[in-house]
Amino acid sequence: MKATRLIIVAVGGQGNLLASKVLGEAALLSGLPVRMSEIHGMAQRGGVVESAIVFGDAKSTIISDGEADVLVGFEPSETLRALNKCHQNTTVITNMAPLPPFTVAIGRGTYPDLEQLKTLIRSKTKQLIAFDAVEMAESAGSVMAVNIVLLGALIRTGILPITREKLEAAIRTKTKASFVDVNLKAFALGFGVSADVQ
Amino acid sequence: MHKLLTDAPGEKMLLLGNEAIARGAIEAGVAFATTYPGTPSSEISLNLFQISHESDLYFEYSTNEKVALEVAAAAANSGIRTFCMMKHVGMNVCADPLMTLAYIGVKAGLVVLTADDPFMFSSQNEQDNRYYGKLSGLPILEPSSVEEAREMAIAAFELSESLGEPVILRTTTRINHSSAFVELGTIHPRKTKGDFTKDPFNKVAVPAVSRRLHVKLLERWQQAQTIAETSPFNFVEGDGSWGIVCSGVSYNYVADAVNELGIQAKTRILRLGFSHPTPPRRVKEFLAGCAKVLVVEEGEPFLEEATKTFAQEAELTLPIAGKGESLFSRLYEFDPAMVRGIIAGYFDLPYTAPRSPELGDVPEIPQRPPNLCAGCSHRATYYAVKKAAEGMDTIFPSDIGCYTLGFLPPLSMGDFVLCMGASVSTACGFSKATDKKVIAFIGDSTFFHSGMTGLVNAVFNNHNFTLVILDNGTTAMTGHQPHPGVDMTNLNRSGYGRVSIEAVVRAIGVEHVTVIKPYKVNKSIEAIKAALDHQGVSVIISQEMCTLYARSLKQLKVRAFQVTDKCKNHRDCINEIGCPAFFLDGERVQIDPNACVGCAVCAQICPENAITPVKEK
Ligand code: SF4
Repeated sequence: MKATRLIIVAVGGQGNLLASKVLGEAALLSGLPVRMSEIHGMAQRGGVVESAIVFGDAKSTIISDGEADVLVGFEPSETLRALNKCHQNTTVITNMAPLPPFTVAIGRGTYPDLEQLKTLIRSKTKQLIAFDAVEMAESAGSVMAVNIVLLGALIRTGILPITREKLEAAIRTKTKASFVDVNLKAFALGFGVSADVQ
Repeated sequence: MHKLLTDAPGEKMLLLGNEAIARGAIEAGVAFATTYPGTPSSEISLNLFQISHESDLYFEYSTNEKVALEVAAAAANSGIRTFCMMKHVGMNVCADPLMTLAYIGVKAGLVVLTADDPFMFSSQNEQDNRYYGKLSGLPILEPSSVEEAREMAIAAFELSESLGEPVILRTTTRINHSSAFVELGTIHPRKTKGDFTKDPFNKVAVPAVSRRLHVKLLERWQQAQTIAETSPFNFVEGDGSWGIVCSGVSYNYVADAVNELGIQAKTRILRLGFSHPTPPRRVKEFLAGCAKVLVVEEGEPFLEEATKTFAQEAELTLPIAGKGESLFSRLYEFDPAMVRGIIAGYFDLPYTAPRSPELGDVPEIPQRPPNLCAGCSHRATYYAVKKAAEGMDTIFPSDIGCYTLGFLPPLSMGDFVLCMGASVSTACGFSKATDKKVIAFIGDSTFFHSGMTGLVNAVFNNHNFTLVILDNGTTAMTGHQPHPGVDMTNLNRSGYGRVSIEAVVRAIGVEHVTVIKPYKVNKSIEAIKAALDHQGVSVIISQEMCTLYARSLKQLKVRAFQVTDKCKNHRDCINEIGCPAFFLDGERVQIDPNACVGCAVCAQICPENAITPVKEK
């Protein structure tokens, strides 16, 4: 299979490493080769965490600028920052609930306008799926489930040859037992987000 | 049971490179492991530390890499398989024992792992530690993938044992922090007790003995080179005339590029996983079939130099290139598109580079630099020192740890950072060479690592500065590993000693020593002022547990604070201490109750007393 390249960007603590793990496991269940790498630039100290996941026949575990087929952003300004990873045919999925960096609080920068952010991403990529994943995670039972909500939206696009069932199976085995129900609910809510939500 | 102890050969597990290495060592029957933690190597030792709790593996966090390697050298010379792991700059710290251990050799397998960090994701430099192989004469194995990291960890033990000398396993961040499915192998039983046979004329490195040992080292080097000639880790792919020599992660980028450019039939790849001693016959045979060669390696032109040397010996005049203008850089890490582009350019192929979107109209996105955690005690200490030193012309040498982040505004505490332990010794230098007030910072773990010797120097040579030891009860930066000053019962571990920093400092002969609680702002400022007034060496020990660690130990009793209506928007809180629990709600300063740990430092500096505890419900 030709490689499909996925970048996930998040702020430390948003659970992006768990999302990668669940996706990896689902890929294994689907017989899909997968490799990934992560850069946690002092994630626990509020930095950005970036995971690169390469599905299909490739040896590289990192993704160059302009080569991500899918970009999943857990935070809107981080999604925008990662736009250099995309190309014209990239699908972008982003949570729209902002987590302004501390630099904004001390007056070293202005947080981007969310409407402008959407317009920009839409104009430079193939499609944008943008919604408030935090709200959805809360209604599933925990704000911690933002990562799984976004996986729901990702699987719904059908870009990866991973079915809903396989991903749910991975949620059952790879997330904490006490969180499985919340996560399955979060996944279903994310999965309900269709591509025309913008 | 720890997942890396799973006894299920053939099972596939999603492992981080570092886990794969730990698993490989376990499969190889490693019985003794030592380390000083350092990113990107830390998860290897963390896993072995955990495994040592439920097996007879001996594991220790040593005080520094030199100590770790010396402890390991004795274990391996007593006949038990030993693993010593560190980040790349740790190799500098243990270079002294490494060079002579190469002479003395080992009885059982000793693998020394160096985790290099091209691009310096979390390091102060990006030195290429393959040169330590050359310098010491020891063999190097360099994996290209997570799966191979496991295989090479096992092979490294075997190689070390068959040669009777340590073997260097060299990784880079992209191996350590990549994940893939790894097929588990069989776990070999551990031999946990050894014996040492006296053999002074081979084991006591005095000049007369060493002269002979050096001869032996060269013989082993020759033997290693012979093994490298036929090692399965050195292989050729393809039989075209465009040669590509590579190692480590570069091999992945090369293999993908060759596929994507559709030039499999034209190329011939030599992947050197057993990269030192570089096998001359292997390389010469390879070169003989090529018209033109490109060497693809991150860092220094290590293989390029070897390849060119061998070509000269074989009287081959084909073009060989690697580093250079419009070729590869010695800087940073590589990526697939960069390698693809340079291969296309070198072999004159039509190629369009991937196109990122035009981003000219994207507004500037606010930076998100890492920051000290909300309530981090370092922030409180820095604030107090800054206040105590107000009006003084200062130099702040700092050191390696979370607290290095204090150099960023708004704290701006940190003027000179060199390497582990250097804050103390550079303070010695600055205080003699300038007339400024020198105040140095060092963490507790770093103090034990290599700060103590600098302090002895300061007392002996009668230097004049204040050293602030930031004692937060853990090695925070690399993931909360213990150090000699830690209370191990916090980790439910018994049988450890505990070294008091205060007792050490007093024993060294520092006359002015004060222990402060940094969350008590005014008292701390007073104590620091007194230390700054002292002529000679004074030491402040600032004690408060790392909040992130306290939280993970469930020892954090949070009582969040809030900003009340009394706030007149001076914003001293944000501008002077910049705790990330603050945010702006329109023009009003607010505190995120989920982030606040209740350290109350901001409440003590607010001129309006507007910051108060949230009322318990
Ligand atoms: S991990 Fe601990 S020492 Fe490091 S920034 Fe956070 S609170 Fe401070």
